[in-house]
Amino acid sequence: MSNPELTQDEIKQADRNIRRRKLLAIFFVAPLLLFIFVTFVAPIGTMLYRSFYHPTVAELIPDTLAQLDDWSEESGDLPPTAALNAFAVELQTLAAERRSGKLAEEINRAYPGASSLIKSTARKVRRVDLAELQTSGGQLVLDAHKKWSDVNVWRAMKKSGSVIKDDFYLTALDLERNPQGEIVQRDTQIYLDLYWKSLKIAFYITALTALIGFPLAWYLANAPSRVANTLMIFVLLPFWTSLLVRTTAWIALLQTNGVINSTLMSLHIIDEPLDLLYTQFATVIAMTHILMPFMILPLYSVMKGIDPSYFRAALSLGAKPIPAFIRIYMPMTVPGLSAGALLVFIISIGYYITPALVGGTEGQMISNIIAFHMQSSNNWELAAALGSLLLLLITLLYWLYDRLVGISNLKLG
Amino acid sequence: MAKFPRYFTIWQKLGLSGVKLTAYLVLLFLMAPILVIIPLSFNAEPYFTFTEGMLALDPSAYSLKWYEEILADQKWILAIKNSFYIGLMATLIATVLGTTAAIGLTSGQMPFQRMIMALLLSPMIVPLIITAAGMFFFYTQLDIAGSYMGVILAHAALGTPFVVITVNAALAGFDYSLVRASLGMGAKPVYTFFKVIMPLIRPGVISGALFAFVTSFDEVIVVLFLAGPEQRTIPRQMFSGLREEINPTILAVATLLVIISGLLLLTMEYLRARGEKMRAGELD
Repeated sequence: MSNPELTQDEIKQADRNIRRRKLLAIFFVAPLLLFIFVTFVAPIGTMLYRSFYHPTVAELIPDTLAQLDDWSEESGDLPPTAALNAFAVELQTLAAERRSGKLAEEINRAYPGASSLIKSTARKVRRVDLAELQTSGGQLVLDAHKKWSDVNVWRAMKKSGSVIKDDFYLTALDLERNPQGEIVQRDTQIYLDLYWKSLKIAFYITALTALIGFPLAWYLANAPSRVANTLMIFVLLPFWTSLLVRTTAWIALLQTNGVINSTLMSLHIIDEPLDLLYTQFATVIAMTHILMPFMILPLYSVMKGIDPSYFRAALSLGAKPIPAFIRIYMPMTVPGLSAGALLVFIISIGYYITPALVGGTEGQMISNIIAFHMQSSNNWELAAALGSLLLLLITLLYWLYDRLVGISNLKLG
Repeated sequence: MAKFPRYFTIWQKLGLSGVKLTAYLVLLFLMAPILVIIPLSFNAEPYFTFTEGMLALDPSAYSLKWYEEILADQKWILAIKNSFYIGLMATLIATVLGTTAAIGLTSGQMPFQRMIMALLLSPMIVPLIITAAGMFFFYTQLDIAGSYMGVILAHAALGTPFVVITVNAALAGFDYSLVRASLGMGAKPVYTFFKVIMPLIRPGVISGALFAFVTSFDEVIVVLFLAGPEQRTIPRQMFSGLREEINPTILAVATLLVIISGLLLLTMEYLRARGEKMRAGELD
């Protein structure tokens, strides 16, 4: 401001210029930002929302829930008659609309056995006169099955009726609430095991790609450029080949009657075909193959920039080749190695297609169970909770990648 | 590499030959699975393996019937059309939006540049299963699930990070004073864009577009969640084929896809060489 060579006007002018350039930059970035918000960020947001927002029961039996609001669950008494009557009426409506099954399924998650209870009672109240239900429907329900006199059924119903819930996260972490409302571990560990297995598989794949990618990257970086450029094509062709094609190739190789088994059998190395496909081994080997380029390319570009004279200097100063390689050369490859390893790890942890096609049951990863809950069991909220946890994990790794490598340094091909 | 320096000991030579051998074995591991499916797609029998006739090079053990089957099957024809239609539309959107955004981001004037960059690249990092699930929830509300529009928008979003990255790289070292000079001499912004910026970043834009196209062309999970039977693409068709009724038609399709990727690779390499030359100032 106190620059003696600039007049006030000139400073203002410069300020205006800067502001104009900033606005221009924003003007260029804004369309994509908006587009990504609508097509990508909003969907992810919706998924996060779905993982704890669950209005299904609240939409099915609104009146009953409104009545249950005044009832204190701790008292040990059954809900008031008004609530029971409201439930009888709503159950009849649901039965007529063939939606009582949905309610049964929902309540059953909170109170095992509620499914058959609700279904059988729904059949009983279906043909009863509406006026009668409004006045004495509650008694009818209680008479329909002795389990209705268990306070826990109504507690479960009230609990399922709340719109915001953490149940899906508890399930996703293999936890549950006991009747006293404390959070306890479930008897069977499903999802934590699966997360753990996904991490393990991702680790194997990362280690394998590093182990076999390293010599190749080194050779490519140190070979004469004509040789290296030709050989690079063999790294890039798989990279550009469809993921489905590469997975298909592994199915053809690993099948019971596939190429590997029939070759080994015709060479009389084995008598019985090996079970290669639909195993964890198949997932690991196929994904290692698919993700290799993501390791080789960053390694190669870092190794290409390492001055060979350091290594030669170490040798001429009397170091043995192997220690010199480990202590002089290897540390210089760490940026490429960590970039490649993080990238491979991030990609493999959330992989779906290849495990789904070659993994069988033991080679499944967390993505596969998310897809299962989305498509087969229709437990979308649980899928959303599992997905949110996976997203958290990926975000941490992404953040790490950005700190270590810098997301802007990500190069392709 | 071929000749070792004379001062190398026998162990050093052996060690280096070992590394070289390992490197070639790894290359074999990378290429062999892809090469194996090409002859298998000409199998006369409905198997995924080499028959004795094939190994004996008996011509009758080979046939083109799986290729004929692709052409005869309406489902495959529709899938091929869909893949190209969806891929091209998504690429168009991704390239236009990605290129303009990259120009804004590299100008050095963008506030929160690093954060915005991380956000714009996140579609590439977030596992597709999560993206697909979220899109299913959200696009159903917008009523564009099960439509071409839904799949195209989704694929465009997935393709943009690649365009941003490649155009960013092409713009590294781009001298923004060229833009100021052009504008200062009275050129209109649109003219400046097409005559000054575009020629310099064209290789980056094209390779970004290719990446975006391949991303869409290769994508299954979003299609699995968002597309109806009308929008089935090639990978989607392969996915259900591999899950339900495995037959060598898939190998024939796979072989065709390998040829397409070979062509794409050659284009990319050509562009890369051109880009390097241009940066070195050897091209006018």
